[in-house]
Amino acid sequence: MAEVLVYVDHVDGAVRKPTLELLTLARRLGEPVAVALGAGADATAAVLAEHGAVKVLTADAPEFTEYLVVPKVDALQAAYDAVSPVAVLVPSSAEGKEIAARLAVRIGSGIITDAVDLEADDKGPVATQAAFAASFTTKSRVSKGTPVITVKPNSAPVEAAPAAGTVEALAVTFGALATGTKVTGRTPRESTGRPELTEAAIVVSGGRGVNGAENFGIIEALADSLGAAVGASRAAVDAGWYPHSNQVGQTGKSVAPQLYIASGISGAIQHRAGMQTSKTIVAVNKDAEAPIFDLVDYGVVGDLFAVVPQLTEEIQARKG
Amino acid sequence: MSLRIVVCVKYVPDATGDRQFTEDLTVNRDDVDGLLSELDEYAVEQALQIADEADDAEITVLTVGPEDAKDALRKALSMGADKAIHVEDDDLHGTDVMGTSLVLAKAIEKAGYDLVITGMASTDGAMGVLPAILAERLGVPQVTLLSEVKVEGGTVTGRRDGDTASETLEASLPALVSVTDQSGEARYPSFKGIMAAKKKPVESWDLEELEIEADEVGLEGSWTAVDSAAQRPARTAGTIVKDEGEGGKQLAGFLAEQKFI
Ligand SMILES: Cc1cc2nc3c(=O)[nH]c(=O)nc-3n(C[C@H](O)[C@H](O)[C@H](O)COP(=O)(O)OP(=O)(O)OC[C@H]3O[C@@H](n4cnc5c(N)ncnc54)[C@H](O)[C@@H]3O)c2cc1C
Ligand SMILES: Nc1ncnc2c1ncn2[C@@H]1O[C@H](COP(=O)(O)O)[C@@H](O)[C@H]1O
Repeated sequence: MAEVLVYVDHVDGAVRKPTLELLTLARRLGEPVAVALGAGADATAAVLAEHGAVKVLTADAPEFTEYLVVPKVDALQAAYDAVSPVAVLVPSSAEGKEIAARLAVRIGSGIITDAVDLEADDKGPVATQAAFAASFTTKSRVSKGTPVITVKPNSAPVEAAPAAGTVEALAVTFGALATGTKVTGRTPRESTGRPELTEAAIVVSGGRGVNGAENFGIIEALADSLGAAVGASRAAVDAGWYPHSNQVGQTGKSVAPQLYIASGISGAIQHRAGMQTSKTIVAVNKDAEAPIFDLVDYGVVGDLFAVVPQLTEEIQARKG
Repeated sequence: MSLRIVVCVKYVPDATGDRQFTEDLTVNRDDVDGLLSELDEYAVEQALQIADEADDAEITVLTVGPEDAKDALRKALSMGADKAIHVEDDDLHGTDVMGTSLVLAKAIEKAGYDLVITGMASTDGAMGVLPAILAERLGVPQVTLLSEVKVEGGTVTGRRDGDTASETLEASLPALVSVTDQSGEARYPSFKGIMAAKKKPVESWDLEELEIEADEVGLEGSWTAVDSAAQRPARTAGTIVKDEGEGGKQLAGFLAEQKFI
């Protein structure tokens, strides 16, 4: 059967959820062969096998952490050469997209980024994408070479599908460009204990209406009552009230949770670009004319400082 | 020696307009006003700041796009760039990222460069992969998605705020840099800048000058094919209530109904 290469996003061996979703999609196209790089690569095998990986190619070398992106491209290319897959799937993180793009140039293939669904077709995989701030849905194919496709989080369910998951060491030789960009320092982002923004089932976001870093506690309390991730509009981020890593929108993260709650956010096109495909959308805004209300399933016109704490309290009461 | 900076800028349909696809499923560039992609203004801004710090620098802005794309070049020139190159050819219609990167790479090599600066993503296609592809094609280090950038003595350094960590990066010139919208507000063109821009040179190059065959680019030469594009149905209007003191509780009721609580 045809093999599909799946690039594994993991942190010290802990596989991130979007990779497991990729395995679900990969199984529609063929047999998933996973590529895991860096420290803890071997430790990814068990969970990858559980979700359908027939093989796990692993490599570790200091270059993966000491230099930017290119060493990983060299490794993925080595895996590509070893496997000759029918498609290469990579999670749509900032780094994932760069790795995929450089591989595509090298193997002479077209690339599709940010797919939200994949189907098998005789002419190769068909990718669904959102365009123009998610106001359009497109279906596309790679028409030259082996399809290289990056896929957004929350694009497919995680499914158990036990397979062999045989671990094989991948031999990688680094090219001259691999050591071009040195990583001279790294400060890991502090964990908040909350779910990852792009992976969360519920996202609770605050905007300019939150009016100060100290008030974001109200948004966090609501998020915690629902086990949600916290997001922010660019206005709130630019004001320094919340970290940029939590920004939702065109130049922040794009999210598609089951439930998105926007408080004090007007709903500018660039914000909508990052949340419009959420299943259920709820907003609290004191301006009845705010464009965010065009998107909502349920909206409350009112002061967030009254509505949000009452909502949090009511959720806690109902949960007992 | 002068520091030669090439900034890649894209002319895009205004995101606040009603953006549509044409019949051949390429971006409709006729019915919505175009402009210099806001995210590329940050690239121009960083180029200007780097040039200010250097003893001697020259900034060339480069675009691949239709006739109107000159507007984007003009704006970048009025911000302070020195000269512009416009790659324009009828055969370019419908070119995807692989083709565009090929054209940009050839043009950058022809122009001569020490540093290439791009935006983080275009506001229309929004793929965000062109910078990495361009670095691969040019065979120079990629120092991408920077929120801070500095060039000193033939070395570029910067900070990249990634998903899991914030990294500091370093590479030798020649190199390719992309900057994010966290890199610092872009300046507005001054009246003097706008007047001066009118006299700055804008060169036009076509595919022949870059020794690129028509079938390597355009819709026919595209490496990807769009089968369909459908407008998403507008979200159906939901329930909107005015808070009369019970808004939070009403909202909780809705969330419970939807099984979120
Ligand atoms: C190239 C580009 C990229 C961009 N990328 C992004 C992006 O990734 N993400 C993003 O979010 N934006 C982005 N923007 C910015 C975007 O255009 C908007 O400026 C931004 O989203 C506005 O944020 P906001 O809704 O919080 O603020 P505003 O538009 O100022 O809205 C604040 C809202 O809060 C309401 N409000 C105020 N006080 C209260 C209260 N007490 N109770 C209830 N409601 C209240 C107001 O009625 C108002 O509707 C981008 C812009 C550009 C040009
Ligand atoms: N047609 C173009 N002409 C010049 N530069 C471009 C063009 N398309 C993309 N770019 C540059 O590449 C960056 C990323 O674009 P993209 O990968 O298309 O999102 C942009 O911010 C621009 O700097």
